[in-house]
Amino acid sequence: MRVREDFPILQRRVRGKPLVYLDNAATTQKPQSVIDRIVRYYREENANIHRGVHALSVEATDAYDAARERVQRFINAAEAREIVFVRGATEAINLVAATYGRAHLQRGDEVLISEMEHHSNIVPWQMVCEERGAGLRIVPITDTGELRLDEYERLLGERTRIVAITHVSNALGTVNPVTEIVQMAHQRGAVVLVDGAQAVAHMPVDVRAMGCDFYVFSGHKIFGPTGIGVLYGRAALLENMPPYQGGGDMIRSVTFEHTSYGDIPQKFEAGTPNIAGVVGLDEAIKYVTAIGLSSVAAYERELLAYSTDALSDIPGLRLTGTAARKAAILSFAIDDIHPHDIGTILDQDGVAIRAGHHCCQPLMARLGVPATARASLAFYNTREEVDALVASLRTAKAVFI
Amino acid sequence: MSADLQDLYQEVILDHNRRPRNFRVLQDGRMAEGFNPLCGDHFTVYLKVDGGVIADVSFQGSGCAISKASASLMTESIKGKSVSDVARLFERFQQMITAPPDAPIEERREGVPGDRVTLGKLEALAGVRQFPIRVKCASLAWHTLRAALDSPGEMVSTE
Repeated sequence: MRVREDFPILQRRVRGKPLVYLDNAATTQKPQSVIDRIVRYYREENANIHRGVHALSVEATDAYDAARERVQRFINAAEAREIVFVRGATEAINLVAATYGRAHLQRGDEVLISEMEHHSNIVPWQMVCEERGAGLRIVPITDTGELRLDEYERLLGERTRIVAITHVSNALGTVNPVTEIVQMAHQRGAVVLVDGAQAVAHMPVDVRAMGCDFYVFSGHKIFGPTGIGVLYGRAALLENMPPYQGGGDMIRSVTFEHTSYGDIPQKFEAGTPNIAGVVGLDEAIKYVTAIGLSSVAAYERELLAYSTDALSDIPGLRLTGTAARKAAILSFAIDDIHPHDIGTILDQDGVAIRAGHHCCQPLMARLGVPATARASLAFYNTREEVDALVASLRTAKAVFI
Repeated sequence: MSADLQDLYQEVILDHNRRPRNFRVLQDGRMAEGFNPLCGDHFTVYLKVDGGVIADVSFQGSGCAISKASASLMTESIKGKSVSDVARLFERFQQMITAPPDAPIEERREGVPGDRVTLGKLEALAGVRQFPIRVKCASLAWHTLRAALDSPGEMVSTE
């Protein structure tokens, strides 16, 4: 793909070597068009939204609303008002836990999550369960990192109110069968939140085909800026949820005695929002849509196959997470070399990977490893970069022989 | 391999990583746990103090080569030393691993005139100063040791 030139950071060198950026599950790089868009907003368009009658405010408001519509089309939501702008996937999950969760969970109710969740899809549920006297149930995974659907079915009970599950595991790459998961939950009357942080930049997402009630993702993991993210919620649910934060922009009228809240999505967007983040995200989605998520998925599938073969050729290397349906994430360990040491040695060659528990401590405990090294790919990565990773891993092995 | 890497992963470090010394549980002593939540390094330091002197010390746990070798070297270098000398040694060690990369080695080696405390084998960890992100790895066992001395049974976190 001739996309590398679109990303200025990919031209830079690290420690005298060309940067090989393989930490896309942590954050993705930004194309020039996104960077330009944010600069243009601040240079030419900056104003607050939904307030001023002046030209700049109207322009900013139009850009903000247009972004919401683009997100709606991007994930095929039914209406633009089902899109709430938040800081990121973490805030989106906290919002749902603190509003929908707090309003619907009674003592003895249950929230179901999986063993492969990121801390951001564990801790908010723990907090609300503790507060409401509800129970948190964990769906186990297989040794290859796939969700145990039989166990999921068994755990789905009369008291299950909410299922919160990741679309793609950030630590293992596993792609969960979310459509099936949603169907099973709905048969039992539970709502489903799907964490799409690791999915939206790598495959087409259609929330209506999936049938989920909530879908969340972060802008910075889809080539957009940090500090902006999306909560999708079915309108009927959002309308009946209490607000998350109080303040300006989320109200209809305020007196000292009483406040009536605005309609969705404004009800959940208190205060001046991250307007620059929203227009940046808009541009990022425009960029990735022009390339096409189906093309991205096909390219990454091929690159994953190449990488899996290349890494498997290294003696003593074990892949963690070998699900049949996987995104281009390779978690691995090498005999007698701690992932942290692998990370340091690779960094000397300009190869950026993640080493650690990937904010999945319960998953690491389940797999019986303190940490893994993780290479996570994006559509701008190449076979040559995978070769550089492999060469650097061989250096690591040589150091530790 | 770069010179910085060779400096970091010296033979002494690799050897102590492969065959950590005093890597065992010590019954009936003090102990403290050390944990680096960022990378999952997790060690327990066991300690026996007799008349203000480190009578015995050992450790258990898992972590990267730097943290494990540092723990192993620490146990070797403090056994038989007074608690106050160990405190001085930790100070010197900390200075060494956090010194600016271009600081002359003599400055780190000499210390105060008349100082009984010398770094000795611990100098193998001087290469860490080129890798600021790894300083926490090298100092984890030492922080845990200090917890075992000050308030045994504590959980220490480097964050």
